[in-house]
Amino acid sequence: MSATGIGASVKRKEDIRFITGKGHYVDDLNRPGQAYAYFLRSPHAHATIDKIDASAASKSPGVVAIFTGDDIAADKVGGLICGWMIHSKDGSPMKAGAHPALAQGKVRYVGDHVAVVIADTLAQAKDAAEKIEVAYTELPAVTDTAKAASAGQAQIHDVAPNNTIYSWRLGDKAATDAAFASAAHVTKIDFVNNRLIPNPMEPRAAVAEYDSGVDALTLTTTSQNPHVARLVLSAFIGLAPEHKLRVIAPDVGGGFGSKIFIYPEETVCLWAARKIDRPVKWTAERTESFLCDAHGRDHVTHAELALDANGKIKGLRARTIANLGAYMSTFSSAVPTYLYGTLLSGQYDIPNIDCEVDAVYTNTAPVDAYRGAGRPEACFVIERLAEVAARETGRDPAEFRRMNFVKSFPHQTPVIMTYDAGDFAGALDKALALADYKGIGQRKAASAAKGKLRGIGFSAYIEACGMAPSQAVGSLGSGVGLWESAEVRVNPVGTVEVLTGTHSHGQGHETTFAQLVSARLGIPIENVSVVHGDTDKVQFGMGTYGSRSGAVGMSALSKALDKIEAKAKKVAGHVLEASEGDIEFKDGKFTVKGTDKSIDFGSIALNAYTAHKFSGQELEPGLKEGAFWDPTNFTFPAGVHICELEIDPQTGVVTIDRWTAVDDFGKLINPMIVEGQVHGGIAQGVGQALLEGAHYNSDGQLVTASFMDYCMPRADDLPSFKIETIETASPSNPLGIKGCGEAGAIGAPPAVINALTDALGHEDVAMPATPQAVWRAAKKAVKRAAE
Amino acid sequence: MVHVSMAVNGRPASADVDPRTLLVQFLRENLRLTGTHVGCDTSQCGACVVHVDGRAIKSCTVLAASCDGAQVTTIEGLAQGGKLHPMQQAFQDNHGLQCGFCTPGMIMASIDLVNREGPNLDEATIRHGLEGNICRCTGYHNIVKAVAQGAREMGAATPKAAE
Repeated sequence: MSATGIGASVKRKEDIRFITGKGHYVDDLNRPGQAYAYFLRSPHAHATIDKIDASAASKSPGVVAIFTGDDIAADKVGGLICGWMIHSKDGSPMKAGAHPALAQGKVRYVGDHVAVVIADTLAQAKDAAEKIEVAYTELPAVTDTAKAASAGQAQIHDVAPNNTIYSWRLGDKAATDAAFASAAHVTKIDFVNNRLIPNPMEPRAAVAEYDSGVDALTLTTTSQNPHVARLVLSAFIGLAPEHKLRVIAPDVGGGFGSKIFIYPEETVCLWAARKIDRPVKWTAERTESFLCDAHGRDHVTHAELALDANGKIKGLRARTIANLGAYMSTFSSAVPTYLYGTLLSGQYDIPNIDCEVDAVYTNTAPVDAYRGAGRPEACFVIERLAEVAARETGRDPAEFRRMNFVKSFPHQTPVIMTYDAGDFAGALDKALALADYKGIGQRKAASAAKGKLRGIGFSAYIEACGMAPSQAVGSLGSGVGLWESAEVRVNPVGTVEVLTGTHSHGQGHETTFAQLVSARLGIPIENVSVVHGDTDKVQFGMGTYGSRSGAVGMSALSKALDKIEAKAKKVAGHVLEASEGDIEFKDGKFTVKGTDKSIDFGSIALNAYTAHKFSGQELEPGLKEGAFWDPTNFTFPAGVHICELEIDPQTGVVTIDRWTAVDDFGKLINPMIVEGQVHGGIAQGVGQALLEGAHYNSDGQLVTASFMDYCMPRADDLPSFKIETIETASPSNPLGIKGCGEAGAIGAPPAVINALTDALGHEDVAMPATPQAVWRAAKKAVKRAAE
Repeated sequence: MVHVSMAVNGRPASADVDPRTLLVQFLRENLRLTGTHVGCDTSQCGACVVHVDGRAIKSCTVLAASCDGAQVTTIEGLAQGGKLHPMQQAFQDNHGLQCGFCTPGMIMASIDLVNREGPNLDEATIRHGLEGNICRCTGYHNIVKAVAQGAREMGAATPKAAE
C-alpha cells in the first residue's frame, strides 16, 4: 500500500482552506446588486389566513417587493413534492396534501411561510416584515404523534382524513401471529423514538440569480444533492427547464440529511430573482433552522418479540405511528417504511416479521431523513427487544445476541433485504475483548462502592446503505433511480479531474476519491482534483446521503477508471508500436509484455491529445471517460457498539466511561476518515439518547428552538471512543465498500439506553434520558430493589 | 452611522457603519473576511470566535463600534509567512474537522485556551475548555487530540507560554 493509496490514512486535501478561513460557503457569497429575502413566518401552528395587508410594509424603506402565496400561485409555480410513493395496505396511494412554497389560505405549523419581503438590506427586509398585517383565525393544533389520527382531532389536510397519510404493512401477519401463538416467551416494549433537529452548523442559505439575456437561473445553495434539487425545481416545480437552471452547492457545512430536501425558501428566492431581475440572498437564522429544517425520527412504537424455550427468536411485531409533520417533505414517506421496516430483522435470524406503520400529519415541522433515516428507529426496536428479552429470560445479552445471529450468507430476511456478507459474531467477539466485558462485574462493584450505578449496554446494529439498485427502489415507489455517475478527465500533462455526482459536505471526497485515482493510475494524489456540486460541470448525479458516496459514487469512478485504462492501453499500443493486448499497466507505467519498453501515464496522456501516433479513424483523440454505476444490491454495514456508563443517583448525571465500537464497513479507502465518521455518528446517537429532543407544546409552539433550549452534544458530554473494524467485503460493488456515514447514529442510541437500564436494575427510561429522567428512574429502581 | 477604526490581522481597517453593526458583520461584510462564521443567534455555538486584544470573544455578540481601537485577529490572520499556526496544523494532522464550518471558531477558541491554561492540557481541561463551541461532525474525539497536539507545539514554539 502506498502512502496515498487505498487503505491509507491520507490527511485531507480540503482541510487547508477550512483551517485558514478560505472556505466558500453560500453565505460567504455576494453578488453585485443583490437584494435580501426575509420570510414572514406563521406564529400559529394551525390557522386560516383571512387577510394579508402589506400596504404599509411595501412603503417601508428599501423594500423591493413583497410576495405572498397568491403571487406565486398566479405564476403557476408548482408546489413542493414528495418523491417516494407509498401505498397503504389496502392498495390506496398515500394521501399527500398540497405543499405550496408560500402558504395559501392556511398555515400548518409555526414557522410556515406566509410572505417574503425582499429589500436592499436584510435589516430593511426585517423592518418591513414587522409592518405586514396578517389576520388569522386560529384552529386547534395537532401535536401529539400518538393521538394525531384519533377522533376529534383537527383536520390538517382535507385529502387526508384522520390526518392519516398511509397505513402501511410489511411482512407476513398470519405467519407471525402463528409464531407468537406458539411462543414460550413474549417480550413487549412501548417507546417513543424522540424527535430530533439535525442542526448542521451551517444554516441553510441561498443566492438566486437570473440572467435575463439568456433567460437562465442560477441557484447557489446549501445542498447535499444539487442535481436532485435542479430536477425537482425544474421538472416538478417548473421554475425553468433543466438546461436553463444551474444549481451550485459549494462548500456546505454539514447536512446529516437536512440538506437533501427541496425547501420553500430556496424555491421562493429562485422564483423571486427572476421576478425582480436582481440576485436574491437568504440565509437562515438558527431559530429558522430549528423551526423549518426537516426534523428527524418521531415514532411511537409498540413492539413484541416471540422466543422459543431455548431463547431462539421466532417472530417480531412492530406497530409504529410515524409523525411526518405538517407537509410531506421530499423523501419523508420512505423513511418510516422502506428504510425502517426492512431493517427490523437486525443481525438476527428471525423467521417471521409483521410491521405496520401509520404515517400522520401534525402541526409541526416536516419530518424527513436525518442521519440513519429509519434505520436508527429500526435498530432501536430490535436492540431494545433483544436486551429486554435476554434479561427477562435470564440470558447474558451478548450471548443471547450471538445465539440469534445470522450465521450464513446470503441470508434472506422476511422483510425484503438479502444480507450478502457479514461476520456478526466476529465483530461481537472483538468488541467484547476491547471493552473488557469480563471485567464488568468488578467495575460495577467499584462504582457501587462510590455510590454510583454502572451499566453496560450492547447494540448489534445493521443498516442498508449504498442506496441503491434503481430497479429495486423503483419497484418500492422511489421516483428516482439511485445510481451514481463519475467522469474522469485526464489533461494532456497527465493531471486528472474527477467529476462526481456525489457531494461532500464534510465527508472528505476530495481526498478519498483522489486516493482511488492515485492508486489506479499511479499518479501523485496532488495531481488529482475532485469536482462536485455544480450542475453545469457535473452532468448528473444523485448526491450524498445514505452512506452512498463510497459504495456507489466511487464504484462509478472505478468503472470510469476502467475505461480510462482501456483507452490509454490503446494509445500506448500505438506509441510503443505493440498490439494493445500486449500492453500491461501497473504503477503508472505501460509496458509491452515481456520487454523493457515502457512509457509513463503522463506521456500517454500527452500522446492521447497530440494524436500524432495514430489516425483519428482508428482511435479517437483525447482521454476522458464517464460511467454510471447502478449497484446490484444494498450494502450492509454492521457492527457492535458497547456503551459503559456510570450514573450518579443523587443527581441523575450520566457519565459515559467507555465506548467501544467494532464495525464492518467492508473495504476502507481512508481509515482516518472512516473513524471520524463513526465518531460523529456516535455523538449524534448519544445526543439522541441523552440530550436532544424537539418539544412542541400543545399549542404547537416549538419550545426547543435555539441552542439555549435544545441540548446539542458538547465536548464534555462525550468520552473518547475506542473504534476498530473487521472486514468482509461487500460483493455488490467492485470496491467492496459498505459505507460508514450513519453507523454511529444507528448503533449508539440503544447501546446507551441498554446501558442505562442495566445500571438501573432494568428500569426503563425514555429518550432523551436527561439527568431529571435518570434521577427519577434511579429513585424508582432503588425503591423497587428495596421492596 | 458611527465611525469605527481597528487593526484586523495587523492591518488598519475603518468604516462608517450602522451603529447596530456587529463585529462579525463588520468582518464578513465590510472586510470580506468570511472565515469567521455565524452558526446561531444566541452566542452558543462559537463559530464566530475571534480574538480582540488577545482574548477570545464571540463576534456575533459584540458591536463593531465597541471594538473601536482594538487589535482583532481572525482565522485569516493566524498563518504567518505561509506557515500554518501550530493549532491549524494540529487540526489537519488529527482530522479535527469535517465540514469545516465550526473550525475557525474552534481553532481560535483553542488557541485562547492554551493562552489561558498553558500548553500541557489534559483531556478533561480541553473538553471543558471547548464548552462554548459546538461541532456537529466530529464527535469532538479528534478535536480533543488536535488541541492537545496544538497546545504542546505552541508551548514548544514559545517556551515562555509553558510558565
